[in-house]
Amino acid sequence: MNIPTWLDALIAAMLLIGAIVATLGSLGLARMPDFYMRLHGPTKASTLGVGCTMLGSLLYFSTSGEGIRVQEVLITVFLFVTAPVSAHVMAWAALHRRVHCSANTRHPPWPEMDRAPVTEHAASSAPAGDKESAD
Amino acid sequence: MRAFQQLRYWWPRPQFSVFLLVLWLLLMNTLSPAQILTGAFLGWLIPFSIQQFWPERPQLRKAWRLLPYLVNLLWDILKSNVMVAWLIMRSPARLQPAFIRYPVTLTNEFALTILASTISLTPGTVSTGLSPDHKTLLIHALHVVDEDALIRHIQTRYEQPLKEILG
Amino acid sequence: MIAAVIPLALFLFSISLLLSLYRLLRGPDITDRILGLDTLNINAIAVIVLAGIYMDTTMIFEAALLIALMGFVGTIAMTKYLVRGDVIE
Repeated sequence: MNIPTWLDALIAAMLLIGAIVATLGSLGLARMPDFYMRLHGPTKASTLGVGCTMLGSLLYFSTSGEGIRVQEVLITVFLFVTAPVSAHVMAWAALHRRVHCSANTRHPPWPEMDRAPVTEHAASSAPAGDKESAD
Repeated sequence: MRAFQQLRYWWPRPQFSVFLLVLWLLLMNTLSPAQILTGAFLGWLIPFSIQQFWPERPQLRKAWRLLPYLVNLLWDILKSNVMVAWLIMRSPARLQPAFIRYPVTLTNEFALTILASTISLTPGTVSTGLSPDHKTLLIHALHVVDEDALIRHIQTRYEQPLKEILG
Repeated sequence: MIAAVIPLALFLFSISLLLSLYRLLRGPDITDRILGLDTLNINAIAVIVLAGIYMDTTMIFEAALLIALMGFVGTIAMTKYLVRGDVIE
């Protein structure tokens, strides 16, 4: 249990950076105006946030005398592989359900899709009237 | 030739088996003989029992050449996180989100998967859909001013290397 | 220094968990709720790892791994159900 000071500081910095980055990601999730913009926060920031935490944990347990650990690497790699897949699938589901994007989004994909968007919440999006008449 | 086909039937995916063995040992975090045996058995059993559902063999011959690309990507992920963190802290009303149609020229499905994942992991972009003919990738960007510049950036930085690596 | 940072990191992750919980409860669309749940999962993994360092044990890491696996499978299953109306076709 004798960790040198510089390593101690490095691990502490890793854990703190991870926590800050993950919190920013969740903040993005909470305050962005539409679903597609919310998607950006968690998929990037949380992945790196957890990655930093894992790296800190890896350094801590590898140097505190129980031998090299690899499970953290496994979890991190798994998260980095699955995060884009989850994001893609969720975005696909949202497009499929015609979830509104906010009004200042350029080139919404609706013209290419078979029918106009229909969702009940039009919180920060274009007026719903023309959408409904087009349906 | 017949012996080879027999081997292919009883041991459908050698690389996948080795991958499962390594994964099992990493999970168990040991190198004891019992765990190596269990891992080898599972590495054989899983590909053998699922080969009915997964008949096509993915072409992953040159996948190891992706390593420098992944290191490059890791650096971009770090940059992207700083940028997205900055964008999140600003007022959401000042962001200029956009959907972008990216013309894909890759034909290899594995390379296309890597490209879509790369886009999802890097600065303010998420790949949201692929057209049925695999020609257009729909990308949502959190904040973009010059769309053509973004498309060119993806082309030169990710698509070209992927094409050279995986062909 | 680690001992001082861990409570702070746990506090930040608690805020993060609360923010994702807010999105999970608020919606407005069901895809937002799925996204909130996914974020909740990822943050829970980090909290478990931090708790492991705090208690100086690696016994609970299997739980983190399981949450990572189940969270991903759950997200995929829920979105697939949303789009197709069926999980196994």
